[in-house]
Amino acid sequence: MADTAVHDDTHAAHDDHAAHHTSTGLSNNKLAMWMFLGSECLLFGGLISTYMLYRGRHSANLGPDQVWDIPFTSASSFVLLMSSLTMVLAVSSAHRKDDRNTKVWLSVTALLGALFVAGQVYEFTTFYREGLGFTTSLFSSSFYTLTGFHGVHVTVGIIMLMSLSGMISRNKVPGDKAETVELFGLYWHFVDVVWILIFTLVYLIPA
Amino acid sequence: MSSATDTHSEHDTESHGLSDLGYIKIAIFLAVITAVEVVFSYTQEQLGAAFLPGLLILMGVKFFMVLLYFMHLKFDSKLFSLMFYIGMGLAVGCYAVFLATMHFFHS
Repeated sequence: MADTAVHDDTHAAHDDHAAHHTSTGLSNNKLAMWMFLGSECLLFGGLISTYMLYRGRHSANLGPDQVWDIPFTSASSFVLLMSSLTMVLAVSSAHRKDDRNTKVWLSVTALLGALFVAGQVYEFTTFYREGLGFTTSLFSSSFYTLTGFHGVHVTVGIIMLMSLSGMISRNKVPGDKAETVELFGLYWHFVDVVWILIFTLVYLIPA
Repeated sequence: MSSATDTHSEHDTESHGLSDLGYIKIAIFLAVITAVEVVFSYTQEQLGAAFLPGLLILMGVKFFMVLLYFMHLKFDSKLFSLMFYIGMGLAVGCYAVFLATMHFFHS
């Protein structure tokens, strides 16, 4: 009987925590994040389409087949994919109210993201040294714009993750902490999802 | 007391997705698919006509695995899915027309 009472209390507390006082019964913040991510599809869709259209517009010796380093980019993709795993583990820890592990996983995610961005900087530098500047051809302009925009999104994500980790340390996260971590996680996974498309469409499919 | 904790834990897993082990299994699966994609890119001559559709299917599987499991769309309200799929559908439709107008699919 006592067990049942405790169970009911726990469940009720959880329901209170989960219930959102909105007309939909859902979190408006989460709904807004999904709408934002939906709108981001239009941004990256435009950039990917433009690249697909211009990928053949380059000089004979400076095209994708000459400059791509598939093993290196595959390793970068693996790093970003693993950062999605660490992010989801951070969200899972946040739902268990385990602040210590949440901070650890957020930091590991930011670190893996930084490693990915460092790889992108190295790749851009190598391409530039080989003669592929931003204005060299329509191919290079569309490639740098697409991957550059993605890199900026990853960088913004890293700043957000580090800020969130700091806010958790100081216990200054406004509202529901688990939901805040989940919102940051949605943004991070979206960045990974976009890279899944870029990796295949830009790097693996020959021009 | 332990039964309450167990129920709570089950409820958490149900509302917020898989267990940590489940996420690790999905990440391993995604890494394997990525490796297969890379192998595809090196064996395109042997694969012939199967190369492009195969690569696009693998990309789609990875895309939806992250969306449904890591981003919890499979476990969350359908309204969240609707918000995202509207944007994604608009993007796919709009840019498919754009590319068709530019005769991309003829080349």
